[in-house]
Amino acid sequence: MAKVPVQFTLNGSEKAEFIESGTTLLHALRDKIGDTSPKGGCHQGTCGACSVIIDGELRLSCLTLAETCNGADIRTTAGLAEAGVLHPLQRAFLDAFATQCGFCTPGMIMAAKVLLDRTPNPSREDVVEALSGNICRCTGYEPIIQAVLTAARANSQNAA
Amino acid sequence: MAIRRGRGVAAINYPTGMNLGGDPTQALVHSTPTGNFMVTLSSVDLGQGMKQIMAQICAETIGVPTDRVVIDTADTDTGPHCMGTFASRGTHRAGNAVIQAAKEARQVMLEVAAEELEVNASDLETDGQGNILVKGAPQKSISIFDVALSAHFKRGRSISGRGMFLIPRSYPEKETGAMKPSTCYAHACTVVEVEVDDETGEVTVLNVKNVFEIGRALNPRMVEQQLVGGSWMGISHALYETTEPYYPSRDHGGTDFNQYLMPGPGDLAETEIIVLERPSADGPFGAKGPGEMCANPQIPAVANAVFDAVGVRIDTLPITPERVLRALKARAAG
Repeated sequence: MAKVPVQFTLNGSEKAEFIESGTTLLHALRDKIGDTSPKGGCHQGTCGACSVIIDGELRLSCLTLAETCNGADIRTTAGLAEAGVLHPLQRAFLDAFATQCGFCTPGMIMAAKVLLDRTPNPSREDVVEALSGNICRCTGYEPIIQAVLTAARANSQNAA
Repeated sequence: MAIRRGRGVAAINYPTGMNLGGDPTQALVHSTPTGNFMVTLSSVDLGQGMKQIMAQICAETIGVPTDRVVIDTADTDTGPHCMGTFASRGTHRAGNAVIQAAKEARQVMLEVAAEELEVNASDLETDGQGNILVKGAPQKSISIFDVALSAHFKRGRSISGRGMFLIPRSYPEKETGAMKPSTCYAHACTVVEVEVDDETGEVTVLNVKNVFEIGRALNPRMVEQQLVGGSWMGISHALYETTEPYYPSRDHGGTDFNQYLMPGPGDLAETEIIVLERPSADGPFGAKGPGEMCANPQIPAVANAVFDAVGVRIDTLPITPERVLRALKARAAG
């Protein structure tokens, strides 16, 4: 099968790849480009572990064809830290012990980031709603909800 | 037809480790030339925090900061022997093996330091910050970095230790059947409040109060993290999770986790966790195994709460609306 060119911005840097038509964005990111922060859990769009941000929208990279991402701005958890300083969400997840095995964590953080980008001071219900497409086996969710609320408070204090 | 409220309580004893053909775990510790300590294990960290706990145990035993310890759990083919990460045995079995190995390594480290300082090894102590001091004369000291360099390049000593912790198999006595299947038990008690809709059979957990007695909490934040997740998982087992939700035959069953019902972040009950620490006699620094037991008492507590609410005993998990309704119907039919 002929390969198709795809070009997009990943965490601020230009990426260009030749991929087989039908390749998912998850496969392209992990196995072509080497960004393994999005995880392949169910590969059917139900677990949320593969969540990435495409042009500001939360997307499931396992259900997104890479060739539809030409020209897109794609963000993953791997690009959150700046110059070695963790993003407030990453810091809050660590401080709240909101991760155990870690497999759901990048998807959770992406979902939380889209929430906080739009709703800087979310209610608990907002957080629950934002995370409702992401499954976690280990934590019982409560530490994750607390981490997102803590990160929101840290953000608003920095902004003040 | 009404929403009925009920409360249930359950308590458990939970053994640490298993009693099959003997339950061993082996650990090896050695220092690098720069005085970091490698702990080689075949015990697996699957997110529960094994590496962190083993680093704390090794550091405490040798007398160095935790960040000077590196845990290598890379390869079960070539590494030391471990029965595995299951039966809530990791901290207890591997922790004891690490203590044994670290003690032996510490002894060699002190012997090398004694040669460098020209004192007796028994007169030396560690400051926990990476130095070895002469007791009563702390101005006379040497860094563990320098001790390791000396051991490697000057004195030809291997600062290393071997640990093997074994709980031997316990056989039942022929006359009485008495045996000792475990040396160490964790305990838990849970009180659950539920609402049961006797028209739909739906059970809603309102709140969960847990007390866990887990020996000494070697890392209190990580213990709490595991208990919070475990309590939620217990509720999930009680009400939702099954690999066979479909009937009449398995042919209609789920084929993957997409059809496996598990609560999401919107389904949380208010949960309280209290930790009691009663150090165990044979655990590393008094630890027991809190891993699996933290997801157990919620299940009978929910079943008891359902009985309290609507007067039916559900003895098959999960306690689905259908099972509640069938039990109510059977009771009504007398």
